[in-house]
Amino acid sequence: MSDNVEVAPKHKKLKQFTDGSPKVRLIMMVGSIIAGFLIWFFLSKQPVIGIILAGPDDVVSHGLIEEWTAGRLQKNILISLWRVLGGWSLAFVTAIPVAFLMGWYNKFKNIVDPWLQFLRTIPPIALIPLVILFMGVGEQAKIIVIFITSFLVMVVTIYQGIRNVDLTLVKAAYTFGASDVDILFRVIVPASFPYILVAARLGISTGLTTLIAAELTGTTYGLGNMIQEAQLYFRMDKVMLGIICIGIIGFTLDRLLLLAEKKLTRWQ
Amino acid sequence: MTKPLICIDKVFKTYKGVSGNVEALKNVTLDIAENEFVCVVGPSGCGKTTLLNILAGLETYDSGQVTMNGEPIIGPGIERGVIFQQYALFPWLTVEKNMEFGLKYLKLTKEEKKKIVQHYMEIVGLTEFAHAFPKELSGGMKQRVAIARGYSTSPRVLLMDEPFGALDAQTRAQLQEDLLRTWELERKTCFFITHDVEEAVLLAQRVVLMSARPGRVKQIINIDLPYPRNQETKILPRFNELKNQIWANVYEEYLSVKK
Repeated sequence: MSDNVEVAPKHKKLKQFTDGSPKVRLIMMVGSIIAGFLIWFFLSKQPVIGIILAGPDDVVSHGLIEEWTAGRLQKNILISLWRVLGGWSLAFVTAIPVAFLMGWYNKFKNIVDPWLQFLRTIPPIALIPLVILFMGVGEQAKIIVIFITSFLVMVVTIYQGIRNVDLTLVKAAYTFGASDVDILFRVIVPASFPYILVAARLGISTGLTTLIAAELTGTTYGLGNMIQEAQLYFRMDKVMLGIICIGIIGFTLDRLLLLAEKKLTRWQ
Repeated sequence: MTKPLICIDKVFKTYKGVSGNVEALKNVTLDIAENEFVCVVGPSGCGKTTLLNILAGLETYDSGQVTMNGEPIIGPGIERGVIFQQYALFPWLTVEKNMEFGLKYLKLTKEEKKKIVQHYMEIVGLTEFAHAFPKELSGGMKQRVAIARGYSTSPRVLLMDEPFGALDAQTRAQLQEDLLRTWELERKTCFFITHDVEEAVLLAQRVVLMSARPGRVKQIINIDLPYPRNQETKILPRFNELKNQIWANVYEEYLSVKK
C-alpha cells in the first residue's frame, strides 16, 4: 500500500463572475483612487499638459483653500445640492403616481407615452431658453430643468417595473378575494418597489448631470456656475475642484440610496 | 344521482392574437362531483390551463356555461382555491405573511387567522421557516407554502395547475403522498392538471384526457385503484395497465401535434 496522495490534475481556469471578498474589493477601490490621483499628479507636472491641467496639489493649495476660506465653496455646494435634491424630490413624488396611472390605465399610458418618449430624447440644455423665458432666471428655473430630466428617467423606469410585475401574483391575490384597490396597493406597489429605488438612483445621477445645464440659466452661485466662472478666468484648479465636488456628491448620494435599497429590499 | 358540484357545459374559447386566432377549447363538457379528485392530462397547448383559469374565474369563455353549485362562475372566488405551478408566493412577504395574505379577505378574527396559519404551517412542516422569505426556500418548500396557503382558506374546490411540475422526482413523490393523505382525510374536491400520466393515475379517481389543439375532452378514464394510495401503488399491475393505456392515448395526441 502506498501512502502517495494523488495530486489532482491542474484544472482549467474558468472565468469567474464574482466581485471578490469585501476586503479585496475595498483595497482595490482605494488603490484605484490613489493610482488615479498619482497619474493626475504626474501628468500635471509634464511641461505641455501642466499648462492646461492643474494638479491635485494645485487644486488643494489654491482652489480649495481660496474658495473655502472665502466661504464660497460651502455655499456653492449647498446651493447646488438644494437644487438637485429639490428638483429630484419633486420629480420622485410626481413620477410614482404618473407611472402607476400609466400601468393601471392603458388609455392614460397611450395618451402620455408619445410625449414622454419625445421629451426624453431632448437634451436638457435645449430646454433652457424656453425655461428662462417662462420662469425667469431664479431658483425655479434650475429646479424645473432638473425636475424635467429626472422625472422623465424615473417615470419610464417605474413604469417598466410595473409592467414587469409577475401576473401570477395578481391572479393569486384575486383568488383570495382581493379587490382592484387591494391589487394595486398590496401587489403592484410592493412588487415594483425595487424598480422605484432603481429609478430614484437614476434620477439623482441624471439630476446631477443636468445641474451644469440648469446653472447655465444665469446664477451667481452653484458648482456649475463656479466651473463656468473659473473657465472664464482660466482657473483650471477651480474647474477641477468643481468637477471633484460634483463627483463626490453624486457618489455619496448614490451610496446612500444603495444603502436604502439594500435595507428595504432584503427579500430580493 | 346527485347533482355535480361543477358543470362545464359546451365551452368554447378562442384567443384572438395578432398572428391569427388560436382555438383553445372546443366544445368541452365535463362534470365534477363534490369530493372528487379529477386529473386532466394532455399535450402542452391543449387548453388545460385555460380550462383551469376559467374555473378559477380568471379568464372568460366565448360560449357555453360553467357553473358551480348551480351558480355561473363569473369571477374569482374564495370558494375556489388555486395553486399555481410557479408557486405565486409574494416575494416581499415572509412565509407567515404569505399565509396570512390568503386569509386577509375572510371574515375571521385576528386570533382565528393566526391559529389557522399556525395549524397549516405545522401540517406542511414549515413552522421554523415562518419568518423566512420565499427566496430562502427550496422549490419544494415554496410549493408546500403555496399548498398550505391554498388549503388554509378552506375552499370547496382546489384547482391545481401542474403544482409539482417544476420539482425534482423525490420532492414530487413526497408532495404527491402529502396531497393524497390530505385528500383521503378531507376529501376536498380537486381539479388537478398535469402532463405526467403516472402522477394522474396515482392521484385521481378520474383522469380526463384532452386532445391537442383545439382542446377537447378525448376520453375520461375511471381509475379503479383503491385508496389509500402511496408510491407503492405504482407497483400494482392494474396501475401500469391504466398508465400504459392512457399514455398510449396521450402519445397519439403528441404525434398529432408534431404532424
